[in-house]
Amino acid sequence: MSEKYDAILIGAGMSGLAAGIRLAQYDKRVLILEKHYLWGGLNSFYKRRGRIFDVGLHALTNFAPKGRRGVPLTKLLRQLRIRHSDLQLGEQNYSEIAFPTERLRFSNEFELFESEIARAFPDQVDGFAKLTEAIFAYDSFTPPDPDLLARGELAKFITEPLLVEMLMLPMCYYGSAIPGDIAWYQFAILFKSFYDEGFARPEGGIRPLLDLLVKRYKSLGGELRMKSGVAEILQQGAGSLRSAAGVRLENGEEIFADQVLSSAGFGPTMEMCGAELGARVTDEDRGQLSFNETVIVTDKTPMDFGNYGAAITFFNDSDTFDYRCPAPGGLGIDPRSGVICSPNNYAATEPLTEGWMRFTALASASHWGDLAQADATEYATQKQRAAEAFLDSASRFAPDPRPFEIDRDLFTPNTIRRFCGHPKGAVYGAPKKRLDGATELPGLFLMGTDQGLLGVVGAMLSGISMANRHCLQPTA
Amino acid sequence: MTRDEVILAIKDIIETIAPDEELDSLDVDERLRDQIELDSMDFLDIVMELRKRYGVQVPEEDYKELASLTSCADYLGPKLENVELKVGV
Ligand SMILES: Cc1cc2nc3c(=O)[nH]c(=O)nc-3n(C[C@H](O)[C@H](O)[C@H](O)COP(=O)(O)OP(=O)(O)OC[C@H]3O[C@@H](n4cnc5c(N)ncnc54)[C@H](O)[C@@H]3O)c2cc1C
Repeated sequence: MSEKYDAILIGAGMSGLAAGIRLAQYDKRVLILEKHYLWGGLNSFYKRRGRIFDVGLHALTNFAPKGRRGVPLTKLLRQLRIRHSDLQLGEQNYSEIAFPTERLRFSNEFELFESEIARAFPDQVDGFAKLTEAIFAYDSFTPPDPDLLARGELAKFITEPLLVEMLMLPMCYYGSAIPGDIAWYQFAILFKSFYDEGFARPEGGIRPLLDLLVKRYKSLGGELRMKSGVAEILQQGAGSLRSAAGVRLENGEEIFADQVLSSAGFGPTMEMCGAELGARVTDEDRGQLSFNETVIVTDKTPMDFGNYGAAITFFNDSDTFDYRCPAPGGLGIDPRSGVICSPNNYAATEPLTEGWMRFTALASASHWGDLAQADATEYATQKQRAAEAFLDSASRFAPDPRPFEIDRDLFTPNTIRRFCGHPKGAVYGAPKKRLDGATELPGLFLMGTDQGLLGVVGAMLSGISMANRHCLQPTA
Repeated sequence: MTRDEVILAIKDIIETIAPDEELDSLDVDERLRDQIELDSMDFLDIVMELRKRYGVQVPEEDYKELASLTSCADYLGPKLENVELKVGV
């Protein structure tokens, strides 16, 4: 059969591209199928009015200098055989967690964060040291308990409620699919990726990094087909011999493979397996946390117009942080907390001449989904209204870019759904992760968001480890 | 391949997968893991490269035989006896 592949990968996001490189590197016949006309998934880019906008890049977490041992970035580069210098990473100035009564700064040097905690919460220093120790002792080899939640664990070390809230805020925004909390293992992974490793930005945004991955994949003989949405996962055999056999595309074409790895999310993937397996998808498997994003381009840099030097500001306007999907109606977003980010505040050999600020708010996917269907004009009006309310809120914590504005772009959970396929635009997918990547159908595996590793670096590591485990390991 | 060539072959593979490691001063009897940074993902790559370059299969239960350069030579020597060394691929 000429059309048979060793592996078909669903989705050309970060996880799919990384898995593809691994497989192609070892001479597997591999095909990536992507329903969009562009690769990158949630980390893609788009052009508007002559400018390139990144969909989801605030910061590349897990920054490590060249050669630092034992950290995710170093492992990832090695596995994909990419040189550190090819990423052209520029380090952040600093970032901050801002509450009305306290602000904590952090940078790529862990000592800054430690000293900030000691300054603001002198009686929590011991607890914080023990917390850090517990997190560093948490090695990634022991299988984590996905049901253990961070708030409960934090309470064992930190007795000051405000510090707990301040520690929760960035971790939830950057990786929790669970309302009000985050899995403890995710918290531990993210904590290291923020404070012990750090933030950087690839020069030129996400596009050069994507180009690098796609070029490497293709040069190894990997095949990539765009505008090729998978409609169905084909199966063979029956009973205990049943397994994945390939896919049927939306246009009806059938392509066969020994293994299928999907980054489309657990729910959507199982629903592609037909009514019987699809019916087993429960509410627990469907995430709902999603975001609205407002991007403002200005004629001066944020440093020039507002003395703003932070790469990222995580803000919350009271002493308690409420991480959940806002109810539909009202503004459609929760203006009380959010993330402010400026790509200008990373080192760069060619600094950006225009100013950029991005604002991220928790949003109600059903609010925006229903509105877009019902009334396009009202949708556009409300999008602007929500953006204005959120900018008003955020400008209590960072300078207001509006007086210097020359362009803006807004997106809602609808946009996110288009880029990743997750129902409700759930950025971090399902609350319940499947860490071994296995599904009920032999030969079909998950990678990316719903396998459990998040973010740019996390998604790539997920693709790598699932490809290794299920397709390359000699016993596989 | 001679014994020395097997060691060269392994070093060359390590150089490909871990270009930033210093390999000249490796002690042949000491565990590789104790001298340079190699995790289980890297060992998988050594095995995959052995298969790709020399057609030799190392089952998972034998990974432990690759612990040091000497044990690599002991284990792989017989398997690579009639195979030509390829370096710099
Ligand atoms: C606004 C925003 C900001 C973010 N900021 C950051 C950040 O600053 N730093 C960071 O590290 N992470 C950030 N993230 C998260 C990061 O983007 C994701 O965790 C990561 O990109 C997920 O990659 P993935 O490969 O798992 O999935 P995805 O990117 O979701 O890729 C899945 C791919 O599969 C395709 N697909 C789905 N269904 C099908 C089908 N049936 N057939 C064919 N193809 C299909 C989709 O089109 C998509 O391309 C952000 C996300 C958002 C939305």
